[in-house]
Amino acid sequence: MSTSGSAGGAANTPGSGRRAAKSGDAVGLLSERPAPRRLWADRMATAAMLAAVALALVPVILIFYYIAREGIGTMSWEFLTQPQPYSFRREGGGFVNGLIGTLIMVGIATAVAVPLGVLAAVYVVEYGKKGVLAQLIRFFSDVMTGVPSVFVGLFVYTAFVVPFGFGALMGAAALAVIMLPIVVRSTEEMLKLVPAEIKNASYALGAAKWQTVIRVVLPSALPGITTGVLLAVARAAGETAPLILTALGSLTVTTKLIGEPISALPLAIFDGARTPFAAGQARAWAGALELLVIVLVFTLLARVASSRSSISR
Amino acid sequence: MNEPVFSVRDLSVTYGGNLALKGVTLDIMPREITAVIGPSGCGKSTFIRCLNRMNDLVPGAEVSGQALYHGEDIYGAGVDPVTVRRRIGMVFQRPNPFPKSIYDNVAFGPRISGFKGDLDELVERSLQRAALWDEVKNKLRKSALALSGGQQQRLCIARAIAVEPDVILMDEPASALDPIATVRIEDLMQELKKEYSIVIVTHNMQQAARVSDKTAFLYTEVNEETSARWGILVEFGETGHIFTRPSDKRTEDYVSGRFG
Repeated sequence: MSTSGSAGGAANTPGSGRRAAKSGDAVGLLSERPAPRRLWADRMATAAMLAAVALALVPVILIFYYIAREGIGTMSWEFLTQPQPYSFRREGGGFVNGLIGTLIMVGIATAVAVPLGVLAAVYVVEYGKKGVLAQLIRFFSDVMTGVPSVFVGLFVYTAFVVPFGFGALMGAAALAVIMLPIVVRSTEEMLKLVPAEIKNASYALGAAKWQTVIRVVLPSALPGITTGVLLAVARAAGETAPLILTALGSLTVTTKLIGEPISALPLAIFDGARTPFAAGQARAWAGALELLVIVLVFTLLARVASSRSSISR
Repeated sequence: MNEPVFSVRDLSVTYGGNLALKGVTLDIMPREITAVIGPSGCGKSTFIRCLNRMNDLVPGAEVSGQALYHGEDIYGAGVDPVTVRRRIGMVFQRPNPFPKSIYDNVAFGPRISGFKGDLDELVERSLQRAALWDEVKNKLRKSALALSGGQQQRLCIARAIAVEPDVILMDEPASALDPIATVRIEDLMQELKKEYSIVIVTHNMQQAARVSDKTAFLYTEVNEETSARWGILVEFGETGHIFTRPSDKRTEDYVSGRFG
């Protein structure tokens, strides 16, 4: 324990002081009990915060519970590997057409939006700063985050679907447009948090600016950037409206990128859920469960990967 | 034979048009420790950051005058600040290791400058020179952030000497450390002095008196009308001289603790 403290005289040791306070009637400054009012306020505040957390968790838990309860009955190996039957009345089959479509379109959209978004954020934070171009990127990212996704679908529809037809590339384009501002803004916030001290350390070692960005700034911000990218991917994986206008949906399995409509899990869920037939609705529940699990697993994997790459204390 | 490493001539710095440091002229000799002392806000840090062009990173900072490094002006046309900083290392006030492993921290400088030799050997040698090797040799792959403050600062010194600079600038390197860690850093400076020229900023006069060969005393001048303040070099000379027989009244008042 404290070795330096024993240097003082014996009369000043903590032990003797405590004994004196216990035996004597003198009122110790620290023996006074906390005011009841303060204790009460502390407990109330803690309880209120706990209640708020519990309340916020209720919808999340209910969603998980209902989707699991309704979806688990139809979930099967067949559901995961077979495409939809041609009639919503018929039982059996699955959403593999939607699964493949979602993987292709979200994959392409991520491959396009993440590098572009991260580079744009690096430009805004490290190079553009208060410049006109940086302000423009910031402003339009904000605007784009607020644009309803169906408008993005309409834009891609008029720009690409009208001349080239429905297809996976058009769906991916719409999803990329939706993901881009989320990636830019979340990466920007994370890059701003990188302390100036470690950037200075890099410059003082003779690192050029690009070396500092690649070797110090981006690795330090990586866990945060990963979280932002995950949010964007999860958002894209669940988008329905823009895909109706760009991918259209399909009952058959296709891996063509262009010239043929393609399905996606949210599209298949949407189609099944709005039919009056029990079999179609059951498949929609199972599809919702499948999408939920995919997003969950993907999130966990990416979390593990990013915590591995940033070294532990 | 004993040419100065740095010949600073009439060096002034302004931040956004406001004068921060005015007309500093002094010579820094090789294999010596030069201390820069003075009260807060007198431009000590501003001065030392001129010597490796770190002030270039401050928006609105402008430097005039000359800082001749072995006769070559580091602010001359065509001089790349990146090249300057590879020759002139820096250790900061707060230990600032990268959030990487101990090994990667030391290897950072050599890697970015395209080092082609035995990196393991260089890392070991740098850590040994910084008197840290024995404490970390079994945990080189652990995070540098897990080290104590004093160890982190010695790691920053190891990181700076791994690029084999000529001069090491230290901006209050021990002010965030406890007395024991401070003594270790001071001992280390005496070792490093054999191979490097060291410039140290400190607000601790005893430290300057203990470690340095030459001392520069900076002081704040105030314009009474505009209350603008800027730093000037009051006196520069042998440390023993500055602390025992200063020739300027202000130096005498400062080193005898009458103000500041």
